Amino acid sequence: MFNKILIANRGEIALRIIRTCREMGIKTVSVYSTADKDSLHVRFADESVCIGPPSSAESYLNIPRIMAAVEITNADAIHPGYGFLAENIEFAKICEQYGVKFIGPTSKQMAKMGDKISAKATMIKAGVPVVPGSEGLLKSVKQGKKLAKEIGYPVILKATAGGGGKGMRIIWKDDEFQHAWDSARQESKAAFGNDGMYIEKFVEDPRHIEIQILGDQFGNVCHLSERDCSIQRRHQKLVEESPSPFMTDELREKMGAAAKAAAKSINYEGAGTVEFLVDKHRNFYFMEMNTRIQVEHPVTEEVIDYDLIKEQIKAAAGIPISGEDYFPQMHAIECRINAEDIYNDFRPSPGTIEFLHLPKGHGIRVDTAAYSGYTISPYYDSMIAKLICRARTREECIQKLQRALDEFFIEGIHTTIPFHKALLKNEDFRSGNFNTGFMDTFEMPKKPLT
Amino acid sequence: MNIKEIKELLKLIDESSLTEFKLETDDVKLTVRTKDYHERSKTTFIHAQPDPMMVAPATPAANVAPVAASAPSTEEPTVDYLEIRSPIVGTFYRASAPDKPQFVKVGDSVAKGDVVCIVEAMKLFNDIESEVSGKIVKVMVDDASPVEYDQVLFLVDPNG
Repeated sequence: MFNKILIANRGEIALRIIRTCREMGIKTVSVYSTADKDSLHVRFADESVCIGPPSSAESYLNIPRIMAAVEITNADAIHPGYGFLAENIEFAKICEQYGVKFIGPTSKQMAKMGDKISAKATMIKAGVPVVPGSEGLLKSVKQGKKLAKEIGYPVILKATAGGGGKGMRIIWKDDEFQHAWDSARQESKAAFGNDGMYIEKFVEDPRHIEIQILGDQFGNVCHLSERDCSIQRRHQKLVEESPSPFMTDELREKMGAAAKAAAKSINYEGAGTVEFLVDKHRNFYFMEMNTRIQVEHPVTEEVIDYDLIKEQIKAAAGIPISGEDYFPQMHAIECRINAEDIYNDFRPSPGTIEFLHLPKGHGIRVDTAAYSGYTISPYYDSMIAKLICRARTREECIQKLQRALDEFFIEGIHTTIPFHKALLKNEDFRSGNFNTGFMDTFEMPKKPLT
Repeated sequence: MNIKEIKELLKLIDESSLTEFKLETDDVKLTVRTKDYHERSKTTFIHAQPDPMMVAPATPAANVAPVAASAPSTEEPTVDYLEIRSPIVGTFYRASAPDKPQFVKVGDSVAKGDVVCIVEAMKLFNDIESEVSGKIVKVMVDDASPVEYDQVLFLVDPNG
């Protein structure tokens, strides 16, 4: 087992990792920028090393500075958390060369899943369903129509150089193809100087359902069931839950098997998440694989009762897993509480938390590095806390969450608490009737007069 | 205390997580400091005052009396002095090699741009240049000890 782990991250996840290390008797080193010198992850670690000025590029993303911190503290492993360098292939490689254990997959495994094209190819080989589409650029409308017939309408025509929704057209019928082709290419050429197009099946009203997996160094892989993360705004997750209200035992078995096949095909080591799009007919398609611990991992921990950070560390230390799969025993929902002004387009609202009172009680968990007087700086993300609730049923979970949000006080900055309160009252959310298009039509609460 | 007992005691200390151990009896006075003690004392703790809302992590090493000069010094008023701070993380050296003379000593004059020390990280030796001019008043860090970003290395009297 490791003697000392350096946590190459900050905020709530750094604190999370420190807590598990302490339980395991492993010494901890935190690194921090000058902007974070009053942070809890600095105070709670056994040792701390200041590695740079506030900018991420010169601190949390700076590989030489982090490796120097490893050197002067003699850490024998690094936990990268999520974000920052967690999926940086170069960083994983440098750790391998330097002889310090990167807690996560190997750089080779990371590379296989990091590149979207190669990931898709790997999935096809492993027999995992992917969003069907053209293998390269379309040469003509004729070729496109032929492919669309094979895939099945509706299809989405996408610009290869595209982004921000530009150069994309959904095509519902064969006779719409020509028009879509012409206008999409024109738009793409104007925006990106490139009118190369490809097509994919358009997954209608998809839900975003991901499967948590864990692999060891001996080729064993298991799955820990799903998390439904369909409530998203501009591809940012707001709420996650397990089990998914849309899940059936049969679908879970199929998706679990597919996720394991994906991980096994690259001998994946560590914790990982395979993300799928699930359409209203319960067809599922591989979207991408995240080769790190995720923000919403507590949702799984609450329904499975395992410490996922501990499992990551054990896997990295060469301890084999049993290979058993795990299924939700309870229901859990997580609300991400961010320092954002929901009445102004969710604009980030950094500042000092003048007063913080966390909700507590039966079935309530709050993962946070905030405290009264803590200043949320503008240099990093706007997450303040994750509120996770666990109960026997989904209804009870929602009831508890509402109770918890009513006693969650964060004063001095704007937060997304009012949004979550409004969401929990929404009929579609309460009935589990939602997909990734939910936020497009969700009616935001009105700003209170006071 | 005979040699066997001392050996046994040393073994116990080594197996424990203690970093410093002192024993005084009528016939023997024994002080033991482990390798961890030296590493611990060189790690700078930025926060000297405990925040009433926070509980400081209780580890054996936290009870060790800070000895190394690399701990933030509050003995002398530093208000009028300029600081030379480390721009990187690494190990601080007073000279370019063990057999070479130190770059600067207390009392030396430095000009902006003069090399005052080396900070080594991963076998790369970085010359650290002074950003200020004046007289070296105090060396804040022990030779061959680790330093972090922004750590004060030297105090300089601009009027010296």
